[in-house]
Amino acid sequence: MDIGGEHQIPAAREAVWRALNDADILRRAIPGCEELEKISDTEFNARITAKIGPVKARFKARIQLEDMDPPASYTLTGEGQGGVAGFAKGAAKVRLLDQGEGASVLKYEAEMRVGGKIAQVGSRLVRGAARKTAAGFFANFVAILGESAYGKP
Amino acid sequence: MNANTTTTSGIGGSVRRREDSRFLQGRGRYTDDINIAGQAYAVFVRSPHAHARINGIDTAAATAAEGVVAVFTAEHTKDIGGVPTGWQVHSKDGEPMAEPKHPVLAEGMARHVGDPVAMVIAATRRQARDAAELVAVDYDPQPAVVDMKAALAADSTKVHADLPGNLCYDWELGDKAAVDEAFAGAAHVTKLDLVNNRLIPNAVEPRCAIGDFDSVSGEHTLYTTSQNPHVIRLLMGAFVLSIPEHKLRVVAPDVGGGFGSKIFHYAEEALVTWAAAQVKKPVKWTAERSESFMSDAHGRDHVTHAELALDADGKFLALRCSTLANMGAYLSTFAPCIPTYLHGTLLAGQYVTPAIYCEVKAVFTNTVPVDAYRGAGRPEATFILERIVDQAAAETGVDPAELRRRNLIKPEQFPYQTPVALQYDTGNYEATLDQALKAADYAGFESRRKQSAAAGKLRGVGLSCYIEACGIAPSNVVGSLGARAGLYEAATIRVNPTGSVVVLTGSHAHGQGHETTFAQVVSDMLGIDYDAVEIVHGDTAKVPFGMGTYGSRSIAVGGAAIAKAVDKIIAKGKKIAAHLLEAGEGDIVFENGAFKVAGTDREKSFGDIALTAYVPHQYPLESLEPGLEETAFYDPANFTYPAGTYVCEVEVDPDTGRVTVASFHASDDFGNLINPMIVEGQVHGGLAQGIGQALLENCVYDADGQLLSGSYMDYCMPRADDLPSFQVDTTVTACTHNPLGVKGCGEAGAIGAPPALINAVVNALNGGGHPIAHLDMPATPQKVWAAMQSN
Repeated sequence: MDIGGEHQIPAAREAVWRALNDADILRRAIPGCEELEKISDTEFNARITAKIGPVKARFKARIQLEDMDPPASYTLTGEGQGGVAGFAKGAAKVRLLDQGEGASVLKYEAEMRVGGKIAQVGSRLVRGAARKTAAGFFANFVAILGESAYGKP
Repeated sequence: MNANTTTTSGIGGSVRRREDSRFLQGRGRYTDDINIAGQAYAVFVRSPHAHARINGIDTAAATAAEGVVAVFTAEHTKDIGGVPTGWQVHSKDGEPMAEPKHPVLAEGMARHVGDPVAMVIAATRRQARDAAELVAVDYDPQPAVVDMKAALAADSTKVHADLPGNLCYDWELGDKAAVDEAFAGAAHVTKLDLVNNRLIPNAVEPRCAIGDFDSVSGEHTLYTTSQNPHVIRLLMGAFVLSIPEHKLRVVAPDVGGGFGSKIFHYAEEALVTWAAAQVKKPVKWTAERSESFMSDAHGRDHVTHAELALDADGKFLALRCSTLANMGAYLSTFAPCIPTYLHGTLLAGQYVTPAIYCEVKAVFTNTVPVDAYRGAGRPEATFILERIVDQAAAETGVDPAELRRRNLIKPEQFPYQTPVALQYDTGNYEATLDQALKAADYAGFESRRKQSAAAGKLRGVGLSCYIEACGIAPSNVVGSLGARAGLYEAATIRVNPTGSVVVLTGSHAHGQGHETTFAQVVSDMLGIDYDAVEIVHGDTAKVPFGMGTYGSRSIAVGGAAIAKAVDKIIAKGKKIAAHLLEAGEGDIVFENGAFKVAGTDREKSFGDIALTAYVPHQYPLESLEPGLEETAFYDPANFTYPAGTYVCEVEVDPDTGRVTVASFHASDDFGNLINPMIVEGQVHGGLAQGIGQALLENCVYDADGQLLSGSYMDYCMPRADDLPSFQVDTTVTACTHNPLGVKGCGEAGAIGAPPALINAVVNALNGGGHPIAHLDMPATPQKVWAAMQSN
C-alpha cells in the first residue's frame, strides 16, 4: 500500500532537518510513541502503541535512516513487531524543500505492509489509520518545532 | 413437501427434531461447555507471516509470566509425528503425490499466516493470552507464493524446500484420445474459464479441544469438535502421538456445525492431548473467531479451463477440463481426494456425454490448507458443467432447459456407466427437470422479465441440473484409489430387558438431526414407540466404531448399518419366539412389533422377546446366547446419486449492480425420505451456503499471503434477508443398493445452487443488453456493475 503527502512547515530547512533527527522531538511528535531511543545517527528503537480498527497493539519498532542527503532528503525504513497483533513495516522517502523566508515543505512517499491480525481484521482501515497518524505527526511536529530552539530564527 | 401434514413417527414422518429442545433452550453440551477440575488453558502463537524462517524463539519471558504452566515449541514436539493425510493420489506418470511433513508446531519455517509456532499453557485463559504476547519469535520473512499459476513457475519460491517444486500431483481421468477425436469432429465447441472461489467454512461453533490424562490408568481423553471421533482416534493415536487405541478415548459431544471443516485431524487436538500428559493437567483450547479464519481448513479454490463439444443437434460429444486446485501450505486430511475422486468423477453430471477427460494439478501455496467443504469437489464439478452447458445454450441459440433435456440420461439407461468411472444406479432426471420447471413456472418467465423491466430491473432465470455422489464407497474400491481408510459405517442395537432400545451409531450429528431420523428408522422397523429409542453417538468409549459424518453419508451408510443391525435383532428374536411359541423358526414372521406364527393368532410381542432374552428361563440356552444386542458394519456397494434441478430467478439493479434472488425453486431426488421436514431443512441450509458462495463469500489473500478477508467485516456470510423463501419439493427413485433406498441430502443445496444463480445473473445481463459469457463468483454489486459497464 502506498501513501504520500506534503506538509508546509514554518521553519527553515536546516532547522527542520535537525529536528527530524532529534529523538526527543520525534518521540513527542509521533502519535502513541512511548519510547524512542537513538542508537546511532541513523538508527532508532521505538515503542509505539497504535490502534487500527479493532486492533490495538504495542509495537517494538526499529527505524533506520538511509540515503542521507542533509538537509534535503533521506529514506526512512521501519519495522514494527506487534506481538500477536502482527507486524507493520514500511519505507518512506522524505524530501525537504527550501521555500525561503524561514519556511519549508516536507514531501513523503511511503509504502507500507502489514501482516497478521492487523491485516486480517484491519487491512481496509490501515490506509486511514496511516493518514491519521501522519496528520497527527505533522501537527505535533510543527507545534513542537515552534516551541523549540530549532524553530527560532 | 407435506412437511406439516404427516403424523407418523415412523419412516416418512415429519417428526419434530428431538434435539432441538436442548439446542433451542441453550442446553446443548458443546466441547467448550466441558470443564474439568484443575484444567489449564492453551493459547497458540501463530505466524503473522505467510512464509518466514524461524531463527529462534525466546520463551523465557513467557515462561516466567504469572500463571504460566508451560510453553512448548517445535523443540519440544519434534518427536511427535506430523499431521497425516488420509488419501494418496497418484500423478499421470504413476508417481505418488508430494506429501510434505505437516508438523504440529512449525519446525524452523512458518508456511502460512496462522501456522502455529508455539503453545502457551497457563492457569487462566487471560494469563495464557498475556504470556503468548511475550513469546519472542525471530522471523526471517521469505517471499510468499499465493497465486497457483505463479507457484507452478520454474522460478517460484517453494513452499517446501525439500520438494522439487510446488506441484503436489498432476492427475488425470478419462480417455484423452477419445475426447480429442470427438472435438475434432464437433459442430460447435464452447470454451470457458472459471474460478471456484475460496471459501472459509465458518461453523457457528469455533473449534475447541480438551486433553485429559489419567496418570494412574495411562488413559488419554480428547474432547473435540469433530465430525468423526473414531477417525481422529485412529489418525492421532497411530500416526501423531503413538497412543494405542485402548488408551485413547475421543469424545465429540454436541457439535455446532461442521460443513466438512471438522472432519480433519488438526494439530491443536494432538497438542492438547500430548500436553495434558506433559503438564499433568487437563489442557483446554478454544479457537477465537479470527483464529478460525486462519486455521480451519478452507474450501474450493479451483481455477479451470473447460471445453464442451457438441454436434449439430446440440448433443454433447465430449468435455475436457483442466483445473488447478489449491492445497494450501500443507495437505489436510482428505485434501488430495477432493479435486480428484470427488470432482473429476462427477463431470458427467446428468448427461450422456460419451467422452470426458479431466486433468487436475494440485498446488502448494503459502495459504491455509484447503479441504472438503459442504459438497467437496462436487460443487466445483457442477459449477463447471452447468455453466458451460448454459453458455453452450446461449452460443447455439437453444433454450437452456431444452439443451439439457436433449442430453439427459434416460430412465431406461440405468444403471448408467459414465466415462469418468462412476456407475449411477438409478434416477429419473427428466421427471425432476419437469417438476422444477413447472413449479417455478419457467414458461411464464418472459412476463415476469417484462414486469421487472418496467420497474427498471434486469431479471434473469438460471437452471442447474446437478448430480452428486454420496456415501463414498465401497472400501475396496476407494482403497485402490488411494484412500487410507475404509468407508463403511457401524451400528449397535442394544435392546434393554424391558424393550427400550439404545442405538450406538458411528455417524456423528453436528446439526443434521440424527437423534430424530435414526430413531424413526428403528422404531419403524421394530414396531416400537419412537420415544423408546435412544441414539448415542460421538464417544469412542461407547460406540464400537464409526467413520463419522461427511459427504452426505449418514443415512445412506450409517442408517443402512442401523437397518442391518435391526435385521439381526429381528433374526435373533425369531429364534427366541420360535422357542416360546413351539414353532419352527421358518414359520415365525415379524409384523407390527410382534413375532407371529404365520397364519395363526399365536404371537409374542417385541417386549416379551426382549425380556426373555435377558431372563432366559424358557430359552434355548444350548443353541442360543442370552441377551439381545447386535452390531453391524455396513460397507456400501456403490455411492448413492442424489440429483435435482434448481431454478433461480434474480433481479439486477442496473444502477448499483446489486443482485436480488427473486425466487429459488429446488426439486431434488434423494430417494426415500425418512423425515421430509429435516430433509427440507437440509436443503434450505445447503441453498443458503450455495447462494452465499455465489453472491457474497470470498476468501482473499494479498500477494504477500496476508489474509485480508479475515473477519466478518470483510468476509460476507449470507443472512436471512439475502435469501428468498425457498420452494422445495422432491421426486423419488429409491437407491437400489442400500436397505432403506435412501441417497442423502446434506450437500445438494450447496452443490446445485451456485451455477443456477450465476446462470441467472448472466441471463439477466444478456437479456438487459449487456452480453457476457461468464461472471466469476461472488457476483458482488461491484463485479456485476463493472461487467455491465464493459458491455
